[in-house]
Amino acid sequence: MTALLEVDRLQVQFGATAAVRGASLSVARGETHCLVGESGCGKSVTALAVMNLLARGGERKAERLAFEGEDLLKLSERGMARLRGNAMAMIFQEPMTSLNPAYTVGSQMTEVLRRHKGASQRAATDRAADLLARVGITAPGLRLGQFPHQLSGGLRQRVMIAMALMCEPKLLIADEPTTALDVTVQAQILRLLAGLQRDLGLGLLLITHDLGIVARVATRVSVMYAGEVVESAPTAELFAQPRHPYTQGLLRCVPVPGKIQRDQPLGAIRGTVPRVGHGFAGCAFRERCDFADETCQRTIPRHSAGATHDYLCRLPA
Amino acid sequence: MLRFLARRLIVALLVVATVMTLAFILTRLSGDLAVSIAGPSATQADVDAVRKAYGLDRPLLIQFFDWAGRAVTGDLGESYFFKTRVATLIGERMPVTLTLGLTGLVIALAVSLPLGILAAVRENTAFDRIVQVVALLGQAMPSFWLGLLLMILFGLKLGWLPISGTDSWESYIMPGVVLAFSAIPALTRLTRAGMIQAMGSDYIRTARAKGLSRASILLKHALRNAAIPVVAIAAVQLGFMLGGSIVIEQVFALHGVGFLAWESIAKNDFPVVQSVVLVLAAIYVLLTMLADLMNAVLDPRLRGA
Ligand SMILES: Nc1ncnc2c1ncn2[C@@H]1O[C@H](COP(=O)(O)OP(=O)(O)OP(=O)(O)O)[C@@H](O)[C@H]1O
Ligand SMILES: [Mg+2]
Repeated sequence: MTALLEVDRLQVQFGATAAVRGASLSVARGETHCLVGESGCGKSVTALAVMNLLARGGERKAERLAFEGEDLLKLSERGMARLRGNAMAMIFQEPMTSLNPAYTVGSQMTEVLRRHKGASQRAATDRAADLLARVGITAPGLRLGQFPHQLSGGLRQRVMIAMALMCEPKLLIADEPTTALDVTVQAQILRLLAGLQRDLGLGLLLITHDLGIVARVATRVSVMYAGEVVESAPTAELFAQPRHPYTQGLLRCVPVPGKIQRDQPLGAIRGTVPRVGHGFAGCAFRERCDFADETCQRTIPRHSAGATHDYLCRLPA
Repeated sequence: MLRFLARRLIVALLVVATVMTLAFILTRLSGDLAVSIAGPSATQADVDAVRKAYGLDRPLLIQFFDWAGRAVTGDLGESYFFKTRVATLIGERMPVTLTLGLTGLVIALAVSLPLGILAAVRENTAFDRIVQVVALLGQAMPSFWLGLLLMILFGLKLGWLPISGTDSWESYIMPGVVLAFSAIPALTRLTRAGMIQAMGSDYIRTARAKGLSRASILLKHALRNAAIPVVAIAAVQLGFMLGGSIVIEQVFALHGVGFLAWESIAKNDFPVVQSVVLVLAAIYVLLTMLADLMNAVLDPRLRGA
């Protein structure tokens, strides 16, 4: 069976900056694939490249980029528009500015359903109110008539989530969707998404820096570093046996529930992410790595540690 | 919101008061009014009689407050030349000028909105550059000269449009185009800049992520936000056009307020000149306030929670 989303060796350039350098990942139906990594490693750019919504000046290339087997690289803007908001939806990292200040919440939510499903204004309003209630917004009727500037950041974030779900997408790309929300609301939204995965087979590409969420909801995790997916594995395996030194460092930085080691101090990864320009070769993590040697300056092989676990490091499995 | 409106109103009143003072002073600078009203063949006794009859023998300050006091109540005095109430005179001519100004504004918007949007969508292409250069040239062209060019081409050579008078709606096309030309550069540039900013915003990315049509993205989501500054400037430009009609009505022999002002200046009919300036200034102030209100309608954030 083909995966819902297949991304093979995606590259994104902004002028001389290589934001994504050959990242591969896939999302199956009903699966939650979490994308983690330090700030600036290219998570958002990867997501935007999939939706073909890169900012001006961003150029994408890939071996393959497909949604339900359909080649997105060959799809016209018009063809892409038929999918966006409909079969594949995205929640952006910037909830404060992502709603149009000139229109009410209701008008912005209903137009998606009217566009893709030809719904009546009434049916669309009912669905919008229902979804607002399901993301934990009280008095949805009132909120529908309000403008974005009348809502707090947390409310706007939830409106964005509800709006992305209007057409019952098959794939949802969510970029830090719960950062502005308190834990109870966050839990409610994660439950809502889990329900949709069970009932409708929703595939979820979830970008987050919260390893607690990852541990709870992810089927699979991909760790990004400087524009590359340096390790990808089923969640339990990644937490139990991280292979890449960067993943190991990342896991040491956060206390993971159920894996607390009181005798070890909470770690930190020394140094910062290097700027990786055109023609950079070798491992981008070598400056910060305890295991680096001169071979790390050459092209790094991708090692397998089992059928569904691979990582990008010279160290053998 | 109320306090905002009150402050605007005070500023507006100050502007009108200043204009009144200036209009009054300028008309008195143009020589001895009693002499020119009495005519070239008048004797000194005639001039003295005129001076007394029109109250020109009183101190200037008294004359000013007398005029200003009446003007505030809507009494603009009587024309020396037409021997009718100035208010009636302006009232009769105003429809022509307003029609001309609105025609100019409609033409200006009909040209600059699409041009600005297209230039923004094709930012930094040849089309965009050409639009900017043409806009610049348009601004540099004197309006009476453009008016004469159009007259020669469409009125005399091609015979498509009437070159003078107000007999039909077609009479307003050429003067309207000339007036529009002065507003098109600013409106086009503003539309372009607003659209470029809007198109790069997060909410437009959201609109695209929703799979909306290109028309909906451009015209519903981007233009609505880009239009906010354009509306304000359009109102100001309409004010300029009403002022500019003083020249254009003369060129195209349209008998509006501008034409009246021209005649009255030539005849030293200063109650009329003063009043025209005052009325145009008042309209201008009203227009800017209208622009503020329209902004509030377009931008929900200004409406106040
Ligand atoms: N519009 C842009 N123009 C130029 N460079 C960009 C642009 N957007 C992103 N980049 C670059 O791409 C790199 C990856 O950015 P990205 O936003 O994907 O990071 P991220 O992993 O989402 O980080 P965060 O966790 O902070 O959201 C950054 O180094 C950034 O400088
Ligand atoms: Mg990001």
